[in-house]
Amino acid sequence: MSENFTVEIISPDKSILKSEATEVTIPSYEGQMGILKDHIPLITFLRPGLIIIKKNNSGEKKFFVEDGTVEFLKNNLLILTSTAKSLDSLDKNSIDIIIKNSQEKIDKGEISDKEKYLLSYKIDTLREINQ
Amino acid sequence: MPSLDDLKKRIKSVKSTQKITKAMKMVAAAKLRKAQENAEKGRPYSQKMQNIILNLTKSMNDPQNAPKLLIGTGKDKIYLCVVLTADRGLCGGFNSNICKLAKTNFKKILSEGKELKIITVGTKGLDQIRREYGKYVIKKFSFKNKKQITFNEAEIIGKEIINLFIQNQFDKCILFYNNFKNVITQIPQAQQIIPAENSSSKDKEENLTSYEFEPEEDEILEDLIPKNISTQVFKAFLENAASEQGSRMTAMDNATRNAGELVDKLTINYNRSRQASITKELIEIISGAESL
Repeated sequence: MSENFTVEIISPDKSILKSEATEVTIPSYEGQMGILKDHIPLITFLRPGLIIIKKNNSGEKKFFVEDGTVEFLKNNLLILTSTAKSLDSLDKNSIDIIIKNSQEKIDKGEISDKEKYLLSYKIDTLREINQ
Repeated sequence: MPSLDDLKKRIKSVKSTQKITKAMKMVAAAKLRKAQENAEKGRPYSQKMQNIILNLTKSMNDPQNAPKLLIGTGKDKIYLCVVLTADRGLCGGFNSNICKLAKTNFKKILSEGKELKIITVGTKGLDQIRREYGKYVIKKFSFKNKKQITFNEAEIIGKEIINLFIQNQFDKCILFYNNFKNVITQIPQAQQIIPAENSSSKDKEENLTSYEFEPEEDEILEDLIPKNISTQVFKAFLENAASEQGSRMTAMDNATRNAGELVDKLTINYNRSRQASITKELIEIISGAESL
């Protein structure tokens, strides 16, 4: 029996990815979450982080997201996000700039705790990518 | 009978009009391809989003405490109508079709003794609606100077709608836009976005599932519903953009063809009158020579 389920990443202006996967890790709002086949129906949010899509033996794909909504239903994982970027399309310099901007925002201190929480995750993830 | 000179001028003017309409058609065709692509790519997102919302609504265990944005205020006293039109004309019945549908709805709402509020997006719709329903228009948007409408613009409208809702300014919200079916057909549509309408509920009744939520259900709804409204507005924008170009293309195609026909007719007229004047001169010469 196949261990695969379908995963779809859709942004408002296009469908970014549709493929089979054996395991998907998503940065859910309250922590990392791994999803395998036959997971129970689920709706959750994303915080900034990495979506990692693993497929049997053909390696893994990584996407950076800032926010989004995830629905899992009948072995269909649906990720709605307006910010998904494939890691290959990000270069070091642009990441550095984003990190700097986010850090400035935090330092200014005019933002709510929730925003601070999200921004710090964003910075952490981006740093991790850059290493 | 117009003189030869007049005919010549008319032919020339019709020909240059034809050139313009032809160029507009080409431009519209090029833009259409892109707009159509965008509209089709955007459909899954808004559809899935709507699906999630519908699933959520159905699996909600406590409908009484559901967010108001989802189930409405429970009254239907004040209607907010958002009419999306183009900023430019010369696109056939595109703008008038939306306005016609909107106006029929306005009439119905008013005749039922309910209050009406209108938000227009795009200048052309405003022009048409202002005449009869000007006093109901509370806000007008225009993105004339934007080259391409993005999610940001949709979000502006979405936020405005939500703001008005929070201030208890209306009970029901309806979107009017053209749904892009294909190049020739665009269907004007009225979509109710607040409360979320369950349009295709019957055939999906059986897949009632209870979800696991993380974080809590109400938190999800609180975040998701405003997003959904913006998404629906954005979808309407995309559909509208594609419809506008499609409609313009057909309209300009027709105009070009009509101009061609007109030129043919005028040319025949021109040739006939030229021949007539030549014959007349000949007759004059011959009869003059005969009388000598």
